[in-house]
Amino acid sequence: MGKIKLAVKTPRIDMTPMVDLFFLLLVFFILTATFRPEEAAPISTPKSTSSVPIPDSHLVTIEISKDDKVFFNVDNGIDTSEHIRAKVLQAIGSNYHIKFTPKEIKKFEGLASFGLPAVKLKDFLNAPDSKTREAMQVGIPIDSVDNQLMMWIRFARTYNNELQFTLKGDANANYPVVKKVIAVLQDNNVNKFNLTTDLKAVELPEEFIIK
Amino acid sequence: MAEIVQEEGHKGKGKRKVKKHGTHIDMTPMVDLACLLLTFFMLTTAFNKPKVMEIILPEKPKENEKPPELDKDRALNILLVENDKILWYVGLADPNKTLPVLTEVDYSKNGIRKVLLQRNKELFTRVANMKKDVTEGKLKIPRDSVDSRIKRFYKEDKLGPIVLIKAADGVKYRNIVDIIDEMAITNIARYTLVDINPVEKTMVQSRFPGSSVTAIK
Repeated sequence: MGKIKLAVKTPRIDMTPMVDLFFLLLVFFILTATFRPEEAAPISTPKSTSSVPIPDSHLVTIEISKDDKVFFNVDNGIDTSEHIRAKVLQAIGSNYHIKFTPKEIKKFEGLASFGLPAVKLKDFLNAPDSKTREAMQVGIPIDSVDNQLMMWIRFARTYNNELQFTLKGDANANYPVVKKVIAVLQDNNVNKFNLTTDLKAVELPEEFIIK
Repeated sequence: MAEIVQEEGHKGKGKRKVKKHGTHIDMTPMVDLACLLLTFFMLTTAFNKPKVMEIILPEKPKENEKPPELDKDRALNILLVENDKILWYVGLADPNKTLPVLTEVDYSKNGIRKVLLQRNKELFTRVANMKKDVTEGKLKIPRDSVDSRIKRFYKEDKLGPIVLIKAADGVKYRNIVDIIDEMAITNIARYTLVDINPVEKTMVQSRFPGSSVTAIK
């Protein structure tokens, strides 16, 4: 019997559909990507049953970390042409007699939340990398002698009166600090604000479930 | 790859022979790259937006203004104590009279939630029935007017408790969020965060000796 000769071929897979798919997904992700901002401190928020999403813009976020440091963040307005962060920084600068260079202001506009005394801001903005910056974040002073959080809130409101306030505290932050921050907000006549939380389901005792 | 084979010295009358190849591009590096980028974008995208819980506190009373009078029977005092414990009593703690009894509950659905629901049954069922009618289509109102209707129910409420949330020193932020969330779940119309007073401090301390209920100032 003669042997049947099998043609030896290297198998070739047509990758075109795969590439098509990948690029489609890639384009989708590029377009929908909203980048996670650089976090000043890791914060794990507590859970609540509220399902209201966080507003997109005109947002002030006051963060309270696990070790009770206070951080502040204000967004740059609905688009970057408003330069709200720049204005707030300059107002803080003139209040504490610090002059910021245009380069420092630009740097500040690009950053997210921060937590350090105003006198350190210049060094903070000139820091070479994010590691150095992180080490400088000791929290914004909120004691009654030098309440800088009060100043930040006040100036932020001067340049943007549509601001919505959000308190983003770590689940294990201590209440005394939270209370102080709420008192500062109320001193600025902010009685309505949001608390950032994770979603959890509602459970009711049996006799109260309405069928 | 398509290549044109040129043969030198083949100058003649005969046609130049061009070898035909199918254009085959090796796509593997491209796939690699696309895959890498895809992974990067998938991991950096923050998909679910964080949720927020709205809290509206009553305005701080002005210096020469008296705080509004409180209906004693409707006042439900919730004392938050360290280690995730809750103590509650109704009315006012007057040092000259017999002190109210503190009841201990926890944050579970049969704990404080039950207490609040029992006291706020009327308003809660009213809101729940309205929501049920909307989802079942019996009541046809636009989605966004549901909230304004609930707000109206809250305003009309005359029987529900007025909850005074009083947190002690060792309380964590999540306890505050939990208790405010309870207010939202049980549809409490009126609540506020206030300081724990000295009488209540001694009450808590006699209940839990050794707990630190110091004043927060």
